[in-house]
Amino acid sequence: MEIALSAAIGVLVAAAAYLLLARDLPRGLIGFVLLGTAANLVIFAAGRIGTMTPPLVEPGATALAAGAANPLPQALVLTAIVIGFGLTAFALVLVMRAHAAFGSARSEDMDAAEPPACTEAAPAPPETGFVRQPARAPARPLREVV
Amino acid sequence: MDATVILRVSAPLLLWVPMALSLYLLLRGHNDPGGGFVGGLVGAAGLVFHAIARGHAAALRVMRLPPASWCGLGLLLAAASGLLAWLDPQAGYLTHRWWFADVGVTLPIGTALLFDIGVYLVVVGTITAMSFALVAED
Amino acid sequence: MSIAPVFLLALPLGLGFAAAAAVPAMRGRGAAQLGAVTAAVALLVYLLAAPGAAEPEGLRAGFWAVPSLGIAGGLRLDGLSLVFVLLIAGIGALVLLYAGRYLKGDPRLPRLITLLLLFMVAMLGAVTADDVVTLFVFWELTSLASFFLVGYDHEKPGARKAALQALLVTAGGGLALLAGLILAAVAAGTTSLSGIIAAREAVLAHPAAAPAMLLIILGCFTKSAQFPFHFWLPNAMAAPTPVSAYLHSATMVKLGVYLLARLNPIYQHEALWQDVLTTAGLLTTATGALMALRESDLKRVLAWTTVTALGTLTMLIGLAPALSATAAVTFLVVHALYKAALFLVAGIVDHETGTRDAAALGGLRHAMPLTALAAVLAAFSMAGLPPFVGFVAKEIVYEAKLASGSLAGPAAMVGFLVNAAMVAVAGLMSWRLFFGPRRPTPQVPHDPPKSMLAGPILLATLGLLAGAAPSLLGEWLVDGAVASILGAPASAPLKFWHGFTPVLALSVATIGFGLLLLILWERLMPRLRRTAALDRLDTARGYEAALAGIVSWSDGTTRTVQHGSLRGYMRVLLLTCALVPLALLAWRGGLARPEGAPLDPRALAFLLIALGAIACALARGTFAAVMALGLVGFATAVVFLTFGAPDVALTQFTVEVLLVVILATVLIRLPVRARDSRTARQRGADAAVAGVVGLSVTLALMAVLAEPFDPRLAEWFGAQSVPGGHGRNVVNVILVDFRALDTLGEIAVLAIAAFAVLALLRGTKAERQAGG
Repeated sequence: MEIALSAAIGVLVAAAAYLLLARDLPRGLIGFVLLGTAANLVIFAAGRIGTMTPPLVEPGATALAAGAANPLPQALVLTAIVIGFGLTAFALVLVMRAHAAFGSARSEDMDAAEPPACTEAAPAPPETGFVRQPARAPARPLREVV
Repeated sequence: MDATVILRVSAPLLLWVPMALSLYLLLRGHNDPGGGFVGGLVGAAGLVFHAIARGHAAALRVMRLPPASWCGLGLLLAAASGLLAWLDPQAGYLTHRWWFADVGVTLPIGTALLFDIGVYLVVVGTITAMSFALVAED
Repeated sequence: MSIAPVFLLALPLGLGFAAAAAVPAMRGRGAAQLGAVTAAVALLVYLLAAPGAAEPEGLRAGFWAVPSLGIAGGLRLDGLSLVFVLLIAGIGALVLLYAGRYLKGDPRLPRLITLLLLFMVAMLGAVTADDVVTLFVFWELTSLASFFLVGYDHEKPGARKAALQALLVTAGGGLALLAGLILAAVAAGTTSLSGIIAAREAVLAHPAAAPAMLLIILGCFTKSAQFPFHFWLPNAMAAPTPVSAYLHSATMVKLGVYLLARLNPIYQHEALWQDVLTTAGLLTTATGALMALRESDLKRVLAWTTVTALGTLTMLIGLAPALSATAAVTFLVVHALYKAALFLVAGIVDHETGTRDAAALGGLRHAMPLTALAAVLAAFSMAGLPPFVGFVAKEIVYEAKLASGSLAGPAAMVGFLVNAAMVAVAGLMSWRLFFGPRRPTPQVPHDPPKSMLAGPILLATLGLLAGAAPSLLGEWLVDGAVASILGAPASAPLKFWHGFTPVLALSVATIGFGLLLLILWERLMPRLRRTAALDRLDTARGYEAALAGIVSWSDGTTRTVQHGSLRGYMRVLLLTCALVPLALLAWRGGLARPEGAPLDPRALAFLLIALGAIACALARGTFAAVMALGLVGFATAVVFLTFGAPDVALTQFTVEVLLVVILATVLIRLPVRARDSRTARQRGADAAVAGVVGLSVTLALMAVLAEPFDPRLAEWFGAQSVPGGHGRNVVNVILVDFRALDTLGEIAVLAIAAFAVLALLRGTKAERQAGG
């Protein structure tokens, strides 16, 4: 059972990684959600699995019966799921914003902060101070300052 | 949002059944599966279905206050429930206090419930705020 | 001693800081006068403290301590420190007075005065510090003050460059010094300087003794402009002349020499210490003398002779005979007096004539007789002519060199040539400038006001007076300092007349050769300047190359690390996350197989998860991907439900419903290209990366599950839930009671995420409306 779950989680993570490497952000977002699910399953599995009995104390008893599921990972995973939803919604809005700003959902097109190194016809970088020099330009300016 | 006839007709059902279920889950949560997180999610789902079926203006009317306000109220309630701990000067923040009402059976009433209601409100507020904003965005 | 040492030692520092804070509020010369008075008061305080400093232990005051770090700090004034504080405060007072007049009308004068005062305090603190931490802090403060003072004309690129150069060299050396001092302090078991010196044996026996010593030497060499770090000093002449006179001739550059002298009791018998100091000293002194003869800018000429003097001092500390310590201290005092005076004269000449090119100046004695007097007095001391104290110093320096065994030959030889060059430069500064034919200058010169003349005349006269009574200087100042340098009381009486000795003959020959150089200067200087081989002595090229190397290296690193491709970043991140666990697993001995329950129908949900994930990855369009995502989510909910987690299952189920609805609504509206835009080759590479990541997670999780489980936490929660939390749903009790503060934090995060989403969407809407 443990090995089967480990394998399933491995497949889940591999799919998430494959999607995260994709060029368009919506695919990356889906990969992100898959990765969150995988993380929750890992935490759940790390608390040991097997039993079907939920961590509920029998009426009249004072302690959890032996053989009940481990409650702690459940509490952690429960909040993680809800927070994961919040994070996904936030990421989704970022994707929408990026799309509205760049007219594209491809990560390659979103390079205002880090203009590509070797394009000759790149637009002039904005005057923000810490813009990288194009590759061809030697480190001359700094040397002259120093 | 172009809702189908079926969705529009079943909308009240899709709103009030989850709402009732969510309150039930919230209140029984301390002893049985449920609680603020689960209850809040179910309630929020009902409201989101309502927004899809009847438009989110209708859903907002049902909610009375804007989702973000529910969110803030819940946060305040949860944070405030911990303050009652200081009725006992020795106790730390968020140490819950319990009173036992004797109505035939002993019914424990604690500040933990206030805290859970706070969680419920935050979850409802957050999920509806995000969902309405995202779904209504065009 | 009726006044507490704490008061005497702290008062000058406190006054200096207070004055530095007050000056920016003042205008013009008032600021300079306040500064000069502050320095004069500091001088008086130190004079009051002088008798105490003459005691074997010196004056000592503890100030601060950080017991948890095992360090305690304080100040101490002994013979060596006394020489320095008197020079710093005394010359400081004269320079501040001079600066007020020199930069009259400059709106930035208060800033200059503030910096000079800060520098003075830093110097005083550095030479009276009795622990390595205080010493280091003040040491770096002097580098910082020097940076701002060299870059005073910050609108000039040359000044900025020189300031940065001085800062990088001295602060870089400061780091080496810090490392060395820490090593020494660790070896000695104390941060107190006197404690480290007392623990000489332990410091030398420590395995890191040699690196510690070399690091300290490195710090001192950069500060005191020793070869090959000497290049920054002539360039620092971009500073206003009072600054050059104060920092870059009389005081700051001697800080390295001070520390070498201070630590000499530890290392004096180490062959490495002696070799490094004498070699570097000889090289420095020869380089400085040669370069001085190549220059015609008065300040640069003087700067190179300062390099020469610093080299001589370093060499003297490295020489074995006890006499060399006496020679070093005497020469140090003498040099400070005449060099500061000559710098101030150079500043006056520059100020009055509008040029400081020695080749264009001459015959100024009629126009500025008092300046000429000061220049001649100081130059005679520099040339080592009797009856000036310079003569006394030169004699004893020669004596020390000749007494130093195997090094006597080269040391005396270099000394002869260098001293001849000094005679020539002294002639340049006096005879050439003020006698001979009058050459036309940009401005009509005349003697400057008293406040500018006071400095050079007083300093030059002191040189004459000390020369008249060398034994007084010896007993009162030099002997105490020598005792500190040698770590034992020593007395080598300073005498004016030694009789007809080889040293005297050497002196006469030096002066003769120097006069010859002076006569030939006009022909010699351009020829030396053209000699390209000498350019190699200017190690600034090495500095520039190193700097350019650092810039291009960091440029290349940035380009490699921050290449701007999100896919690239992701690949690095994922592979790191995958390979680190795999490497750890391999290191721990390979795979582990968890002992678990046998497979049952619940494992079908695992299969669904895996299939859904694969479908998600391979889905052509966004909608199909979202549906597959839903499948994964519901299968996960089933896993939770069937493995005894109904709360989690409910949560997962509800969230999944909401997520699928929202993603389907939103993503479908984005005109995402349906097909994956990666090429087949890229997809193959990505799949390989993804496969490694997945494999790593599976193997790591199996290794975790194979470990024995520690059930204590689960059992505690299970046992406490009903008695402590009055609830039977343990998960809920954990959430709202045991870990309620965590939950409060989590719902706060949720609320913040909601507000962030609302704010971002509002922005989008506003943009769209603005855009039409």
